[in-house]
Amino acid sequence: MRITIDGREIEAREGATIFDAAGAAGIDIPVLCHDPRLDPVGVCRLCVVDVGERVLAAACVRRCEPGMEVRTNTSDIEADRAVLTELLMSEQPADHEADRRERAFGDNALLACARRYDAWGDSLPRGGGRADDTSSSVIHVDHQACILCDRCIRACDELQNNEVIGRTGKGHDSRIAFDLDVPMGQSTCVSCGECAAVCPTGALVDVAIGPELRPRDELEAVDSVCPYCGVGCALTYHVDRERNAIVFAEGRESPGNRQRLCVKGRYGWDYAAHPQRLRVPLIRRDDAYPKGALSKDVRGEHDGRRKPGGIVDYDEVLPAFREATWDEALDLVAERLSTIRDRDGPDALAGFGSAKCSNEEAYLFQKLVRACFGTNNVDHCTRLCHASSVAALLEGIGSGAVTTTYGDIANAGAALLAGTNTTANHPVAATFFKEARKRGTKLIVVDPRREAIAEHADHYCRIKPGTDVAFYNAMMQVIIEEELGDRAFIEERTENYDALATLVADYPPERAGAICGVEPDDIRAVARAFGSADSAIVFWGMGISQHVYGTNNARCLIALALLTGNIGKAGAGLHPLRGQNNVQGASDAGLIPMVYPDYQSVEDPAIREKFESAWGRELSPQRGLTVVEIAHAALEGSVKGMYIMGENPFLSDPNVNKVRKALSNLDFLVVQDIFLTETAEFADVILPASSYMEKLGTYTNTDRRVQIGRPVLEMPGEARLDWEVVCDVSTRMGFPMDYASPSEIFDEFAGLTNAYATLSHDNLGAVGKLWPNPDPERDDGPVVLFDDAFPTENGRAKFVPAEWTAARELPDDDYPFVLNTGRLLEHWHTGVMTRRTRVLDAIAPEAFVAMHPDDGSANGLSDGDNVTVESRRGSVTLRLRLTTRECRGAVFMPIHFREAAANLLTLDELDPDGKIPEFKFCAVRVSAAG
Amino acid sequence: MISTGTRSKIEAEMERYPQKRGALLPALYLVQAEHGYVSSDTVRELAEIMGLHPVEVMEVVTFYNLFFDRPQPRHHASVCTNLPCSLRGARVLLAQLEEHVGSKVGEPTDDGRLVLGHEECLGACAFAPMMRVDDAYHEDLDLEHAKSILDALE
Repeated sequence: MRITIDGREIEAREGATIFDAAGAAGIDIPVLCHDPRLDPVGVCRLCVVDVGERVLAAACVRRCEPGMEVRTNTSDIEADRAVLTELLMSEQPADHEADRRERAFGDNALLACARRYDAWGDSLPRGGGRADDTSSSVIHVDHQACILCDRCIRACDELQNNEVIGRTGKGHDSRIAFDLDVPMGQSTCVSCGECAAVCPTGALVDVAIGPELRPRDELEAVDSVCPYCGVGCALTYHVDRERNAIVFAEGRESPGNRQRLCVKGRYGWDYAAHPQRLRVPLIRRDDAYPKGALSKDVRGEHDGRRKPGGIVDYDEVLPAFREATWDEALDLVAERLSTIRDRDGPDALAGFGSAKCSNEEAYLFQKLVRACFGTNNVDHCTRLCHASSVAALLEGIGSGAVTTTYGDIANAGAALLAGTNTTANHPVAATFFKEARKRGTKLIVVDPRREAIAEHADHYCRIKPGTDVAFYNAMMQVIIEEELGDRAFIEERTENYDALATLVADYPPERAGAICGVEPDDIRAVARAFGSADSAIVFWGMGISQHVYGTNNARCLIALALLTGNIGKAGAGLHPLRGQNNVQGASDAGLIPMVYPDYQSVEDPAIREKFESAWGRELSPQRGLTVVEIAHAALEGSVKGMYIMGENPFLSDPNVNKVRKALSNLDFLVVQDIFLTETAEFADVILPASSYMEKLGTYTNTDRRVQIGRPVLEMPGEARLDWEVVCDVSTRMGFPMDYASPSEIFDEFAGLTNAYATLSHDNLGAVGKLWPNPDPERDDGPVVLFDDAFPTENGRAKFVPAEWTAARELPDDDYPFVLNTGRLLEHWHTGVMTRRTRVLDAIAPEAFVAMHPDDGSANGLSDGDNVTVESRRGSVTLRLRLTTRECRGAVFMPIHFREAAANLLTLDELDPDGKIPEFKFCAVRVSAAG
Repeated sequence: MISTGTRSKIEAEMERYPQKRGALLPALYLVQAEHGYVSSDTVRELAEIMGLHPVEVMEVVTFYNLFFDRPQPRHHASVCTNLPCSLRGARVLLAQLEEHVGSKVGEPTDDGRLVLGHEECLGACAFAPMMRVDDAYHEDLDLEHAKSILDALE
């Protein structure tokens, strides 16, 4: 429709507000309470415009009408705005120079109005007396600066879906309030910072992390991607180049996160500037042999008392090393690895890449191990994460990646969240799950722990640990019996249905309910909710995959989706939520011992030939060893030399006491990392690497979205780019690698794949592209895959029925509890990065074990007690937390804390197909610590 | 804890509204009648019953004068001080009552029996001055009458 604004004829779309239409035409209307991402409320009245009526209309809520004539800047309107500003300013803190928002972000919208109208509130009695709330370590609350625009309330409700902020009181006494009006730091706030990001005044402002802000136009805004989880949120770092520092981070518009961030993404970037960064190559001193752990925590010495905890004390470790030049260090690495290769054979070498490194680095690293070392012994932490899911997916539907994006939940009638603590591990994805639930998607949560997302569920089933297969088989039994399945889909697109139907017939809800500890009718209700939905997505996490029967767990979820025809259409599909920012990409790039890039088997002669001719070397026809198998081989002595780039197996792998022996037993270990990790204590050579913040590369998120991460900082000291180091090692070992840029590496990698074939750094654009992408110049890429055929030999998906089997190490009288392990919102894997960020460490400084209050009182234990948790493999002492989140008979420990390493206790048994260790189930006892 | 009886009354109220949240005000009256005030625990419990976020219940409790978020004296006596009542001596009356009970407006008496308050218009201007004691209106007051009403409170 045509409307006129300030005399200009403008085309406005149907339903647009005057504010939207003016904005699209580049006409600026001042506003305080409105943000385009939020429902408009029209409370600040600063955006009033003249539409020829008796009174002025608020542009943010008033919709355009055909032929409307709008004036945005008459002297009457400006006078009106000046008065409003004067009124608001009279209630503001008097010292405008000290405004926190100006100092932190340089964008106080109210002060901008004050300047525009020269209205400073001085003509009115000055208000005062509203207090500061400094209880949060992340956000400073200044109630005096609050203008009650409700932006923070709406951001918390509508964007992050956390519903923490509200209003209390009325009239002049109104204030924003957290939960039931408790201080912010004691509320259920998860510190995502969305409220501070949308606040137009100094009321809600980040506590500074970086250096003091200089004028905003002197900062450089660098578009990048968050370095933490697989959600891969697009963000912008505001960088002070002169001081080589990040000042703050801001969410960026992308089809995935749509500007939202969580506490890690928004506040967890200062690790890169931590003083403990490695700056020079280090070589182990002669007197530090025979090799072994150096720090007390890593040696495993403890006196049974809970330790204060914290990151490694360099004074304990550094004396065992001397500084070296890059030439000396690289020569030594090349010589020692070559010697082992030539003396003991290529399979005596192994490499761990990292899911935190880029696609380019992952590709080069596996090329180094395969072509230069001559072995397929290359793996990374996907083995500890979704290896079983990928095994089941490749077997069932011929592709290991997600079949639809997490955002597609908006189109789903139902969503099953299986074994995933989404609000902690994929926080921004969880905001979309909660949003979908509000709009009518039925949310089904199945988990032994009552995770926070369960509070939003339509159905929550607390199954006993390790009974997933029985539960999902029973769901399928009900769906088949009640004919809720999709017959046409089953007949046209799948095979082996009869075998599934026969097997699940043995799992009626009565039998499965007894195994799982769930009422049979609850299983029926869930089956009906899932089976009768027009479309349904299955999301799953480590609760499914990290078991010795992880592949079977995933097979059941795949079968459930196939049975109900829920793959290949909008709002339906399979989505294993990827943990690390680049675990999808590192797997795609071939950091897997059985496959080259793009899951091409190393055992297929034709494929091997293709890679041999591309790389110019003869390649090993045998699949390599996986992560835990490599540790076992090191212990036995068959693997003698290792190159570890950006992984910390000492803490991340199961059964730490065994890993310690394995790492000590290596003839030669080179660790390339940004800090002295626990693993580095066993190294002969330590190479100072580049952090995420210092390099260019691509990262593939859980949605298959390939995005570019850009450098924002200079590297410290003599630290070097990881890909250059890999090239140098390879070249010195007689396999020259020479690339001009990461983009050139990407092109070589993409050329050897189908999934990435059309992509290049140049066509990824601002928000990346989904793979596979037939036309990246024009198209974002397909959200939903496999709408007509599966990438299997006959184009059909395969049902793979699975019997329920009990866990490997069941609780008994000596070890009566099941130990479950996992992550916290604020921390990341082995804590190397997050424990070195100010905010994350301040919020979650300490290890703990969580237990149900009933189990606590039955064992005479109280909240806050120091307790010792023991398994048959080790013991740790830490603080007890009692919470009904846990189920009776099970305890939970986070995996991030070196001083109370959960993996001292875990079991290093492996899933036969995925080779993933059992992180989620072992038997322990808990007793009061002396 | 909200009693089973009150809980079922709340559930009955919820049936009467197109959206459950519409029953929040009657529900708050019910729980306040039972406990005398609306505690944080009650807010959480009520939110759970009604499918609301606790913060949404808190907002309503703190907005209205007749909901209390902390324990209250046994009785509330509030004198209307709006214009017609003030013209007929309400402010003087209120000051005299303060003296009589020995506590200022808003400060409960030491024995926890009573708190005095003032209200904006209670819609009884024709009978000014007037006061509300708990749920009852007392109109055309003079000092002696008002004192005797307060003295009669348990």
